[in-house]
Amino acid sequence: MRKLAGDFEKPIAEIEDQLEQLSALPPTEEVTEKLEGLKKKLRKVCQEVYSHLKPWERYLVARHPERPYTLDFILLLFEDFVEMHGDRKFSDDHSIVGGLACYKGEPIVVVGHEKGRNTREKIYRNFGMAQPEGYRKALRIMRLAEKFHRPVITFIDTSGAYPGIGAEERGQAEAIAFNLREMSRLQTPIIVVVTGEGGSGGALAIGVGDRILMLEFAVYSVISPEGCAAILWKNQEKKEEAAENLKVSAHDLKRFNLIDEIVPEPLGGAHRDHTEAARILDEHLYRNLQELKEVPINDLLKQRYDKFRRMGVFEKEIR
Amino acid sequence: MEWFKKKRKPREPIGERRLKVPDGLWLKCENCQAIVYKEEILRNSKVCPKCNYHFRISAQDRLRALFDDGKYEIIDDNIRSCDPLMFKDTKKYKERLKESEEKTGFSEAVVTAVGEVGKIPVIISAMEYNFMGGSMGSVVGEKITRAIELALERRMPLIVVCSSGGARMQEGVFSLMQMAKISSALARLDEAGIPYISILADPTTGGVAASFGMLGDLNISEPKALVGFAGPRVIEQTIHQELPPGFQRAEFLLEHGMIDMIVERKELKSVLVNCLRFMTPNQ
Repeated sequence: MRKLAGDFEKPIAEIEDQLEQLSALPPTEEVTEKLEGLKKKLRKVCQEVYSHLKPWERYLVARHPERPYTLDFILLLFEDFVEMHGDRKFSDDHSIVGGLACYKGEPIVVVGHEKGRNTREKIYRNFGMAQPEGYRKALRIMRLAEKFHRPVITFIDTSGAYPGIGAEERGQAEAIAFNLREMSRLQTPIIVVVTGEGGSGGALAIGVGDRILMLEFAVYSVISPEGCAAILWKNQEKKEEAAENLKVSAHDLKRFNLIDEIVPEPLGGAHRDHTEAARILDEHLYRNLQELKEVPINDLLKQRYDKFRRMGVFEKEIR
Repeated sequence: MEWFKKKRKPREPIGERRLKVPDGLWLKCENCQAIVYKEEILRNSKVCPKCNYHFRISAQDRLRALFDDGKYEIIDDNIRSCDPLMFKDTKKYKERLKESEEKTGFSEAVVTAVGEVGKIPVIISAMEYNFMGGSMGSVVGEKITRAIELALERRMPLIVVCSSGGARMQEGVFSLMQMAKISSALARLDEAGIPYISILADPTTGGVAASFGMLGDLNISEPKALVGFAGPRVIEQTIHQELPPGFQRAEFLLEHGMIDMIVERKELKSVLVNCLRFMTPNQ
């Protein structure tokens, strides 16, 4: 049985179970008929459940252990991936992967957070929480893209930059700040895809680009709902309320003009069908890449500046 | 045997009782607990004369202390925060804004002013920690970006005095994106060869440290200021260990190569004038 994102997925899981049992039976006419009926019902229930997700439930989907991660997308979208390692300063951070790849015959550079699927992998990947060397590695790889005039594609999926003693010693704040500044003037097109969890500065540190795409059930936030609840409500249990207040869904961000496009997910979320999720993303990615390639680099940099320059809302006081 | 049952009030701990002082004349140093005559602290740039602890000071005090003769002109004071997320925790965001405004007399957590430092025309943006923990929302982001753009336009050096807990949660992703907005503007300032000095006052953490805080041509910190990305409590909860003494203090950052120097408040202006002379064309 598939792992549940949360209790809200129970009605879906029940039907999926029945389907599984039925499909093990010999395919008599009666069984096939029942199967068809169940499949219809499954679609309906999926639709129903996933169109009414609460903000906190979106977090659970975005953090689903079977959600496609950066390496899954790389495998499904690109060919000839050559992974690069290390920041040339301190070490190799396994929570960020990156390197050279071929996208529909065209060389590109790809960088993204990697969370790791099982316990061993998760520890190896530090749960996708990068340290300064991770961000420095990311920038080093992106600089290579600039040097050889190749576009950059980044995948964001992290709960945040790692809060640890070593990370602070080696300048977590400086590493993030430096990436923000340098990505804003990197002389090559950058497409950012928020695939899962967009956790604060640790996400933004590879998130400055010309186009920002976001998967339908991904989230992007200034702080995790748990962290926000602990600070403002002084109670971590208020995370659901915090998630509601923070407005983290792709639809919210699109409404606020903070992202460019929402990438739809297969029915019932990307964790149900990696291939289909990658296929839909492919369409969006390819179109955006072709558009960006047409723009002269100076215009591109100006547009990138203006894009972030516009972000923010305030009132002008009339005196 | 009545007296056996007689309840006695527990004695007040002596330490507490001794430290109670009437408001006004005397101040207790938060660091060394010494009781110091308030006038003495004020005369000493709000630094404890006993242990050299730097009290947090308001944005106004900052500007007065840094500009020549305490003279400056406040600019960009006409934008206010609104509440795009309709955020409500235990209190409404709008209420928190109003309270902060009443408490500090400032309309936001940063004040930008133009004036002269050592006769060199300079723009200074000073953050106000008492305004919602100096947190950065759209207005702070916009005001600092405008300060950078003004510095570009007039080719004037920019100094930002940071004092902030980080991004303002009540404005969600809008706050987060201010980090990218300001850092992009700083890239232009960098390319134009205009000096930017970041002064890290206690405390500078989160999204402020991880954007304009650490991007100065010079990063200067006040003694013992807390500077870092994650707050110490978050780190403690994550790694389940006690943090080493002095962790994330200015001295720790200097040791690890993250800042250029630690400068005492009394010396700050003269150090700035020296550096600005180096960074601006010969007069």
